[in-house]
Amino acid sequence: MGKDVRLLFDPFGIRIHGRGGQGVVTAAELLSVAAFLEGLHAQAFPSFGSERMGAPVVAFCRISTRTIRTREPISAPDALIIQDVTLIHQLDVFSGVNPFGYVLINTSRTFDELGLGEFIERFDRTHVLTVPATEIALEHLGRPVANAVLLAGFAAMSNAVSLGSVSEAIKRRFSGITADKNVAAAESAFNFVMKELEGSRSLSGVYHEGAKDSSDA
Amino acid sequence: MTFQPIKFYQTGSFVVGNRLLGENLRTVQSDIARSDSLTLGHRACQGCGEALGARYALDAAMRATGNKILATNATGCLEVFTTPYPETSWQIPWLHSVFGNTAAVATGMAAALRVKGREDIRVVAQAGDGGTEDIGFGCLSGMFERNDDVLFICYDNQAYMNTGVQRSGATPPAVRTATTEAVGSHPGNVFGQGKNLPQIAMAHEIPYVATATVAELHDLEAKVEKAMSMRGARYLHILVPCPLGWGSDPSATIKIARLAKETGLFPVFEAESGEVTGVSKIRHRLPVESYLSEQRRYAHLFKPVENREVLDRIQAMADRNVRRFGLLEEEVANNTPREQ
Amino acid sequence: MLEQIEGSRAVAKAVALCRPEVVCAYPISPQTHIVEALGVLVKTGELSPCEFINVESEFAAMSVAIGASATGGRAYTATASQGLLFMIEAIYNAAGLGLPIVMTLANRAIGAPINIWNDHSDAMAVRDSGWIQLFAETNQDAVDLHIQAFRLAEEISMPVMVCMDGFILTHAVEEVDTPSQGQVDAFLPKFVPRQVLDVDDPVSIGAMVGPEAFSEVRYLAHAKQLQAKEKIPGISREFELIFGHPAGGLVNGYRLENADTVVVAMGSLLGTIKDAVDDLAEEGKKVGVLGITTFRPFPLEEVYAYLSEARRVVTIEKAFAVGMGGILATDVATSLNRVRIDQYSVIAGLGGRAITKASVRSLLEDAIDDRLEPLTFLDLDHELVEREITRMRESKRSGPTAENLIRDAQLKKFSRTQRDG
Repeated sequence: MGKDVRLLFDPFGIRIHGRGGQGVVTAAELLSVAAFLEGLHAQAFPSFGSERMGAPVVAFCRISTRTIRTREPISAPDALIIQDVTLIHQLDVFSGVNPFGYVLINTSRTFDELGLGEFIERFDRTHVLTVPATEIALEHLGRPVANAVLLAGFAAMSNAVSLGSVSEAIKRRFSGITADKNVAAAESAFNFVMKELEGSRSLSGVYHEGAKDSSDA
Repeated sequence: MTFQPIKFYQTGSFVVGNRLLGENLRTVQSDIARSDSLTLGHRACQGCGEALGARYALDAAMRATGNKILATNATGCLEVFTTPYPETSWQIPWLHSVFGNTAAVATGMAAALRVKGREDIRVVAQAGDGGTEDIGFGCLSGMFERNDDVLFICYDNQAYMNTGVQRSGATPPAVRTATTEAVGSHPGNVFGQGKNLPQIAMAHEIPYVATATVAELHDLEAKVEKAMSMRGARYLHILVPCPLGWGSDPSATIKIARLAKETGLFPVFEAESGEVTGVSKIRHRLPVESYLSEQRRYAHLFKPVENREVLDRIQAMADRNVRRFGLLEEEVANNTPREQ
Repeated sequence: MLEQIEGSRAVAKAVALCRPEVVCAYPISPQTHIVEALGVLVKTGELSPCEFINVESEFAAMSVAIGASATGGRAYTATASQGLLFMIEAIYNAAGLGLPIVMTLANRAIGAPINIWNDHSDAMAVRDSGWIQLFAETNQDAVDLHIQAFRLAEEISMPVMVCMDGFILTHAVEEVDTPSQGQVDAFLPKFVPRQVLDVDDPVSIGAMVGPEAFSEVRYLAHAKQLQAKEKIPGISREFELIFGHPAGGLVNGYRLENADTVVVAMGSLLGTIKDAVDDLAEEGKKVGVLGITTFRPFPLEEVYAYLSEARRVVTIEKAFAVGMGGILATDVATSLNRVRIDQYSVIAGLGGRAITKASVRSLLEDAIDDRLEPLTFLDLDHELVEREITRMRESKRSGPTAENLIRDAQLKKFSRTQRDG
């Protein structure tokens, strides 16, 4: 395990929500590869359904310092990554989420604007963030594919994997310019989140609304 | 010794006797060095057209390839009568898997040969009309569509003979079988059903499609030879009378096969890449009754009273074949009884 | 090389290292990723010489494999569920002919109702076909068992089916130590067919056999399976020597020492069970696990040897014989017919229903307290079932069951939301 990496939970269960075509399954795979590169054990798997563009898709990733044997889906995730914000009022995406865990939502809006202001108050301030990942992806890739970008955000927020491992996982999965652009987008998202976290730490106890204003990242 | 011009067809059967031909023009079957791929001692019925067809076709394929043939076989009469435990009549490598998968098994054989760089060895798949047109059709179409290097031979005796003469997709209208009995107001098999497999094969635009009968040995062997000179999926559809199922005299198998062609009911032709390239013309056109009346499976059309309506419909089918394939020489056409 | 890789891709790599000469593919979930990956390896030339054939059905897939194998080619295909049933005539034929074909079965439920998710109904449907059936617990297992499968198949000239749980393993990305070509070549000799279509030495394969010798031919199929049972442990040991880690074998035990309750299961379910058993062990409960790696031939003696000292045996399986009960449980019971042991049969995870550690745990607690029924359907919604039985009793035309259950469940969910909201 890299020295800067630490698992707040072990095993650490991550659930990723999105829609068919958004690379949800790939995100879980990339995260597991990043964890593998840290020397951790990891297991990624999709919630298996008939593949249709636009349909809600869930994928899971378990990370642990020990061998992972269980095969059950993650019903009580330690982290939620929501790639498609339109799902939050359609499905119970927050079902079972660990109150000491993490929530990362891809949106340029604030939690208040999403109607989640009250909900996220039960979490540690530094464990809940919105990231305009689609905008970051558009800026760097020219396409609204936010999966890899969000992983970097998750890495920054959780320290479960390092940015270097996420970038390396991206490079192993994609090649050439696609890989380079995704890595650049990931770095941008990582820095964005680090800045956000500084903000929320300094505003101790005060709910932050920084996501919208800091989209220059 | 003085030579005199040979008059062919002197027997009136239109058959060219081997003994009248030069050595190089004689059939494979007449050659004492033929391979006997399907050797004697098998358990086929007397007068079995399928046994003849298989023997002719495989020996011709053997000669054409320098004796490098692997054969596969669908379940059916040919499979059963050639391999009764503890004997086999096959003198070539031969594989029987199941009823409906022969074309796919052949694909696998050809694929293995390709991997092993043994494309000098060729694959022949064989099935009856049921194993070709009905239960084996999916695999056959797949093999055609992939253009696998296989010669598929259908021995068409127009019903499921192995199980006791039941109707198949190749059973012609009005035929009596065990499942299309000659009872009721429309005795025998119904009109307007069945399929024309040679034409379906042509629709796959495979390199070679041909039909033949066991009556014309030269033609059959030449088609096998031509098929073996080509690569890719090839289809040969041989009409093989079945004395048991057709209710015909075992000694009349060749004659009946010839009548099928001469009446126009079984067009003999060949096609390349989906286009007809050759037709065996009818030499002496005969009305369909001459063919039908030789077979008890059509007996209900003649007794107790002649069923003119059905006979006319069958004649119309023959006429349509004649038109569709251009089976008549122009001058001969003018002399045929029904075309006047 | 240790890598983080999807199960299907890892299996495709392993199969490619075994140098199959003919691979036939027909798409059915969840088997698709395996043959897709093999198709790429053939097209790039990494797997060469090999013919990759897109066939028109599973029946054709197995038939092409039969033709290729009888012609001396190492043949491989993969399928699942309905696909396996569609090829079942050729499945029996391949075994009857004694052709050493290797096939991956990405285990999936059988319809109706149509269901793409995992259980073992497909494998169980062909358990008597003469194929050897190996079950993978992890993707590492799946990789290792495929390599052993080719070796075993060719040594005894019988087909081998490697069963890996559809989606749960095929689509899971986890760490797998994929072997090198050198290791596989050292372990798997060149294919020398016991019978082959050869123009220089013609034979008839697949001839008809009547009552005079049919029993003998069938018995020989059984004898070959017994022979396989003898060979499998040796192949497993040899594999470990070359690849450096254990894999395969007939059965695999876990915490069996002094266990008075033993859980028997096959496939990926074993992982979740082991987690549950560890939790119970922390509470001082003596529960062990016996994983069945080789289901056909069934290791009767080995199962007896591991279970005969236990007080109770709980067999958890993802399939059942309708009208009868557990299938694996019945085989286990046959192993134990000499001893008196309480036996419980549990049917779980049908059609992809998640098997949770919590459910397994409470099930085992019930077993330990002797509160378990002899036949249990884990996490069954009894109320939903009862309401449909009532509908069927009340109306002759009660309609299609699957739709009735969907509607019923939706209504129940709706009323719950109304109540809670």
